[in-house]
Amino acid sequence: MLRTTSRGKPIVYLDTAASAQKPQAVLDAMTRFYETSNANIHRGVYQASEQATLAYDGARETLASFLGGVAPEEIVFVRGTTEAINLVAQSFLRPTLRPDDWVLVTEMEHHANIVPWQLAGARTVPVPVTDGGELDLDAARRLLSEGPRLLAVVHASNTLGTINPIAELAAMARNAGVPVLVDGAQAVGHLAVDLTTLGADFYCFSGHKLFGPTGVGVLWGRRELLEAMPPWQGGGDMIDHVSFERTTFAPVPHKFEAGTPDIAGVIGLDAAVHWLGAQDRTAIAAHEETLWRAGRELLDAVGGVVRLAVPDRNVGILTFTVDGAHPHDVASLLDQDGICVRAGHHCTQPLHRRLGLPATVRASIAPYTALADLEALAAGLRRVRQVFA
Amino acid sequence: MATMDELYQSVIIEHDRSPRNFRRLEAPTHQADGRNPLCGDEVHLELRVDEEGRIAEVGFQGRGCAVSKASASMMTTALGGRTLPEALELADRFQALLTGKREADASLGKLKVFQGLAAYPMRVKCATMPWHALREALRIEL
Ligand SMILES: Cc1ncc(COP(=O)(O)O)c(C=O)c1O
Repeated sequence: MLRTTSRGKPIVYLDTAASAQKPQAVLDAMTRFYETSNANIHRGVYQASEQATLAYDGARETLASFLGGVAPEEIVFVRGTTEAINLVAQSFLRPTLRPDDWVLVTEMEHHANIVPWQLAGARTVPVPVTDGGELDLDAARRLLSEGPRLLAVVHASNTLGTINPIAELAAMARNAGVPVLVDGAQAVGHLAVDLTTLGADFYCFSGHKLFGPTGVGVLWGRRELLEAMPPWQGGGDMIDHVSFERTTFAPVPHKFEAGTPDIAGVIGLDAAVHWLGAQDRTAIAAHEETLWRAGRELLDAVGGVVRLAVPDRNVGILTFTVDGAHPHDVASLLDQDGICVRAGHHCTQPLHRRLGLPATVRASIAPYTALADLEALAAGLRRVRQVFA
Repeated sequence: MATMDELYQSVIIEHDRSPRNFRRLEAPTHQADGRNPLCGDEVHLELRVDEEGRIAEVGFQGRGCAVSKASASMMTTALGGRTLPEALELADRFQALLTGKREADASLGKLKVFQGLAAYPMRVKCATMPWHALREALRIEL
């Protein structure tokens, strides 16, 4: 994909925060699966089904160790972050929801970490974001003491890039007796995440932002919580015993994986995590940070480009506006140069309301981003400024 | 085919900068709000239809990208003097032009510059949004 062209120009892909490009190893693993061992899992006794089952269950172990060595039974494969949060909303929160219950979220949440709680019947109350683009921790502490049912917080913001102090928030929540769900969609691709020490009760992310395929993601939950939760969807693969009078359910995680899952997707995600494990993650983080800092300077040198205020630790996101030009127009004109950026509210309308901006432009950095990509962005922005001059 | 740059430079920037009929009307007979939930763009459209059933005045307000603003601006100038069925027919023709279902012809007048946008499906909605608001406004009389 990164060798392709866009609108006739070599592609400059700066939208990894929306979806990452895939290493060859991921594509190969998925093709190999379809070519050599495609069969359903947990059903056949023949060799192909056995291989598919082993690969699928093996992926659970890969993911468990990737997340710091949690128990594989605590890994539930889902469609993505959105489905993971909906699962927790419907299965953890809703069955025990009382009329005035509320969920503590933050002003920087993605809609995926707001709407599912509302659909489950809870009110959502936000922790404010400061002018510097950070969570107001004093407000968080105060709100936690006011009895929310859950704290649902993003690990790294998809709009600001801010990395939230999850361990600190989780400790505050524990003191207040409030369970914590962390949306790790933007974090897992950039930070080493150790769920054995982070202090979260649920953690979720999407495969496609972690260099894996679309259609697959992970919900991790503490075993005792998952065990106490009723299944969300019924069907095959999630049962222990079925009769017309009564059905008993399979143990975790299977009771949450009704029906045939995205087997090839899980195998692709497994390959992505193996690929990432073989990289020098410290070097990647240093590369991304260097580029992020260089990108800030390049943008500031264009003139008329206003970056959002964010703290110094960031997952490589550059979000900005251009004086006199609407973000969609900016993105359309950059697209003429083969430059892929995101324009709009990035599914964070409450945050944009807080910032007083209807929309912004976002460029995001990945391991495969080069300085030349950011220079192309700066040159493109100069052209945009000329068109609107 | 016009590139995006040409499209912007030919008309869009000009209307973005000095939109026509960017105002509220004193006595509107029809109005509606258009919204593009994907990007948060909004337009508030007002019309005054006279006793003979012709559009006498059109005004719009709102915020949005240059494409939606230019489209709204040009729509307001294109509608003057038309009957409601004529206005709706123009909306249909404009929609067909942008979705590539119809070639530009003289009946579209200046609006035909938007034809170039048909090659950019993600931006078509920006241009059609004010026209959707028009359809909405003509359904609801004040
Ligand atoms: C912070 C955050 N949360 C949730 C999501 C939703 O992820 P998905 O659409 O893969 O379910 C995204 C992706 O846009 C995100 O950036």
